[in-house]
Amino acid sequence: MTAPREVSFTVNGAAHTVRVEPRKTLADTIREDCGLTGTHLGCEHGVCGACTILLDGAPVRSCLMFAVQAEGAAIRTVEGLAEGDRLHPLQQAFIDRHALQCGFCTPGFLMLAAGVLEREPDIDEDGLREALASNLCRCTGYLNILDAVRDARAAMRAGPG
Amino acid sequence: MKPAPFTHHLPGTVDEAAALLAAHAAEDARILAGGQSLVPTMAFRLARPAHLIDINGISGLDGIAQNADSMSIGALARHCDFHRPVDDGPLGALLAAVVRHIGHYPIRMRGTFCGSLAHADPASEWCLVAAALDARLTARSVRGEREIAASAFFEWAMTTALAEDELLVRAALPRLAPDTRWGFHEFARRAGDFALAMALALYRVEDGAIVEPRVGLGGVEAFPRRIPEAEAVLAGKAPGPDLFREAGAAVSDAADAMADSHASAEYRSEIAAVMVERALADAAR
Repeated sequence: MTAPREVSFTVNGAAHTVRVEPRKTLADTIREDCGLTGTHLGCEHGVCGACTILLDGAPVRSCLMFAVQAEGAAIRTVEGLAEGDRLHPLQQAFIDRHALQCGFCTPGFLMLAAGVLEREPDIDEDGLREALASNLCRCTGYLNILDAVRDARAAMRAGPG
Repeated sequence: MKPAPFTHHLPGTVDEAAALLAAHAAEDARILAGGQSLVPTMAFRLARPAHLIDINGISGLDGIAQNADSMSIGALARHCDFHRPVDDGPLGALLAAVVRHIGHYPIRMRGTFCGSLAHADPASEWCLVAAALDARLTARSVRGEREIAASAFFEWAMTTALAEDELLVRAALPRLAPDTRWGFHEFARRAGDFALAMALALYRVEDGAIVEPRVGLGGVEAFPRRIPEAEAVLAGKAPGPDLFREAGAAVSDAADAMADSHASAEYRSEIAAVMVERALADAAR
């Protein structure tokens, strides 16, 4: 029973069926079995947030779940944010506000912010700061990220233009 | 690091989960609920359970039910379920304030109330809530169900009264009188870190005097508990800053503070006094 098992879920709307050992994390599975390497792994123990994805709409650490737990789930990763050439408001705001430098933490921050803003579109300033404290950035710092997410909050409230 | 191999079980009912626990308890079987504490310890290989019994597929465990004299919290109720007050009274407001101190937002999407109690980290906010409110905890095994008082549940750091074949199926918190005053304070070095000390204080005021005081201390000793010496200081007195300082000092005197790389026992004990004082002051607002 420690042997590989078949698991099916969708990632960004596309169906995936993978064969994985129960001990394989969802993060490793997304990267290695689904071939989607936008989801990054920093600490692999739930502290840094680089691996944050949306699981049925909730921002979660994909390194703290096993892939076998994702049976039937709808997963969204950073690859699913843009619609074709049209960037998600968060992605555009990160560019406009210089909210990334090396970019390693960026996919995690984008998915964290996407999940938080979708769940709580009217989240207040304290709530936003508290939520963004979930992830680590080691070069840009946090103020530009906060600025970008504030912009995106306004853009997402206004709806697609 | 990657977790060591294990067998993943996905029971559909609590009875199946209990049977699996009974069958595999001797081989280090663990319940997997939110996994936000268990999975990191597996990644570090501090834990290498041979069997994970994943209860996420069991329906009916995620409920938060309001009963006449208690609130019942199922084994799969997650931290984020408390983000918005679960009732209109002081208990809902208290839980909504405390939950913001637990880990980070994504951790709260997965982690569970009962899982925190079963894990029994000394700095767990929910363990402090359970201890301060005298929660009643229900354990299930193939041998049946039994209820354990919070004061008997926490035995030491990461150690509870649960037998190796028992799982925690629900926790019941007593409903609080509408005029219950409460305050919570914790000190952590960074947002989301384990607190070095935390305090939860509750009381009511009758004819200008404190009645039914509860002072819970977490993160300081090996497990959270009420501090009767501080409650004795408060009972029957008029609330005020001097009294709160005295109660804080009583906690400092009574607590057997832990020392680790984060804080000496003396430092923890001093922070504990301040947390108690501030929790009491918040309750008085």
